[in-house]
Amino acid sequence: MLFENFALPFLIGTAFLFIFIAITFTKWILGLSKIDKLRIWNSLMTRKTLRAIKEAISEGLLHRKIFRKNPVLGYMHMSLAFGWFLLIFVGHIETMVAMKTVSPPLWASIFHRHFFTGSPESAIAGILTATMDLLLLFILTGVGLAYFKRFNRRVFGMKKTTRLKAGDRIALFALWLIFPLRFFAESFTAGIYHNGSFMSQPAGNFFSTFLPLDELVKPTWWAYSSALGLFLIFLPNSRYMHIPSEILYIFLKNYGIKLKKEFNTFSQVQVYSCSRCGICLDSCQLNSAGIQNTQSVYVLKNIRNHNLTDEVLFNCLLCGKCQQSCPVDIKLNDLRITQRIESTLQYNSSYGYLRNGPSKITDVIYFAGCMTHLTPGIKKAMVTILDAAKINYWFMDEFKAPCCGRPLMQAGQYEAAQKLIENNRLKILGSGAKQLVVSCPICYKVFKEDYSLPNVKVLHHSEYILELVRSHKIDINPTHLRVAYHDPCELGRGSNIYRQPRELLQSFSQLAQLKNEKENSLCCGGSLSNIKIEMGERDKIRDIVLEEFTKTGADYIATACPLCKKTFSKGKNIAIADIAELTVMAMKNQSPAEAGTQKTKKAKTPEPQMV
Amino acid sequence: MEGFGYKLMGPRTIDYDQFDGRLLEYVLSHEPSFKVCLSCGGCTATCNAGNLIDFNIRKINLLLRRGETTGLAREIDKCMLCGKCMLVCPRGINIRNVIMLIKKGIVVFNPENEKN
Repeated sequence: MLFENFALPFLIGTAFLFIFIAITFTKWILGLSKIDKLRIWNSLMTRKTLRAIKEAISEGLLHRKIFRKNPVLGYMHMSLAFGWFLLIFVGHIETMVAMKTVSPPLWASIFHRHFFTGSPESAIAGILTATMDLLLLFILTGVGLAYFKRFNRRVFGMKKTTRLKAGDRIALFALWLIFPLRFFAESFTAGIYHNGSFMSQPAGNFFSTFLPLDELVKPTWWAYSSALGLFLIFLPNSRYMHIPSEILYIFLKNYGIKLKKEFNTFSQVQVYSCSRCGICLDSCQLNSAGIQNTQSVYVLKNIRNHNLTDEVLFNCLLCGKCQQSCPVDIKLNDLRITQRIESTLQYNSSYGYLRNGPSKITDVIYFAGCMTHLTPGIKKAMVTILDAAKINYWFMDEFKAPCCGRPLMQAGQYEAAQKLIENNRLKILGSGAKQLVVSCPICYKVFKEDYSLPNVKVLHHSEYILELVRSHKIDINPTHLRVAYHDPCELGRGSNIYRQPRELLQSFSQLAQLKNEKENSLCCGGSLSNIKIEMGERDKIRDIVLEEFTKTGADYIATACPLCKKTFSKGKNIAIADIAELTVMAMKNQSPAEAGTQKTKKAKTPEPQMV
Repeated sequence: MEGFGYKLMGPRTIDYDQFDGRLLEYVLSHEPSFKVCLSCGGCTATCNAGNLIDFNIRKINLLLRRGETTGLAREIDKCMLCGKCMLVCPRGINIRNVIMLIKKGIVVFNPENEKN
């Protein structure tokens, strides 16, 4: 019987981890709603499973998304994940060949070189031994990079790294030891029995010249096994729990399971899938305001440790940049909103004073939104455009209307928001309108996603104006203007509208290139989602963003969100105009002041010229 | 008198021996910027809820400082959190945080909740 006492730490660790994962996964899956469970059951034998397997390989083992972020970082993760996977897989085959059985004991393959001290019996066995050496070398380069990353993160494209807790440190320490110890154990064995290959054999021969290998070999195997056991036992309590969780998450996600408005076991799967790699830290703009502890990775960590505070939870712009960069594709914004809903559940407002107001029968409704009322230039420009196009429209919130409900939702006041939504919804439906034009992306998102408006098409004003231009309902003249377009978070990442505003701008002006565009665009810093941030901190974020726009040398920053416009216009002397205001300029080819643009502090705003 | 546009008011005595300053302290310690409010009324002028019903953030400040939690709970319920007040505030007060803190504080310091 092949067995050595030193296999015990490894076996205990494996048994513990196996039982832990079995219990946790069962608990998570049983905790899903009935519909979700049915969804899994019905999808098991479909192509969704194949898609999930493909994603598990490309993201869980090969880490394609990290490669895209930085090749060195990607290589480090891939060598550890894919390399280790292959080491186990090929090691098992090697032992199957050596023992001539299809089910060799687990420890026989993990400690193969100790149990099989003879030279490889066949050519295949020889190739397998060499492959094992190659794989170990592959992993060791990754471990080497991991050591190096602690000293120099920049090479890996990372400015910041996550602060670790005790459990993480122990597991990390064990992980760093496992492969070097395996290398020493295998080369010491090779030094004595000459059963190594191209890496372990020369190393073994070298060590045998000055080390008492006979005495050292057993303790080294013990150390290797202990490091493995330590890692496996600490895995559930550390960030490395992401390894099993991520695989489960990929499958559940592919089976169509989505986050709900309350924290459930699927939320938990996502929380545990976070590897705390820290990639989200670099993408977070709160860094420029000196806020260092509220980023998504820390929120997930706090959720796991049950110590999330309001100060951390609500200090986030919900701009979605972290979600965009997350290599595990965790729905970070939705997770945070779920937490906000739970945190504020006890004090939702009732808005008993809202009355079902009269509706005006019309074809098109224009809803400016609260923020647009603070930037009246946009409102005026929209009225000019709608009048010029001879549209039969109703300016729904010209005088009195409740808010759209989105700011409440961002603050987690989901129930309260429903009251405003219902009030507005009845008014919209009562008007018989077919189109609802909105000037504010914050309103746009909630109208589109949370209002039940059958037969009403919700359009952001950039989409609507583009339609008007295309159908020649309004006439525009090309100008000499060069504009830099700013993607608002709620419109771009939030609602996936990038094309229409650009096409509209290109129809009468020249578009300047920006460093961070579209999915990677920066938040203006004014986001209503952040309840905790101070005004001074918002200003710091805004100034850095404005810097990028100044560099383009554009005549105008073109915004598509009244809040972005308001935020930017408080900053440096750069001319800022909403897309609607710019359209009016192009329509009339008149000076910006007449077009209803708020002239910013810049003395000389360029006059558009006829071409 | 009401015919001339005046209202008759009930007794409005405040017993300072009964004063419970915990809510005020909680709000000011978590959002110190509220201390610098100069009661200019910009927030109230722009307020979306104030446009629909009698709602006044300066009144909230007053009720909070007087410890009139019952009236405060009734008033704070009207805010829609749209954020216009915050953008017009000349002192840069994070008014939305003040509102959220008061809402939470009313629940936390409610004597009925404290018993449980």
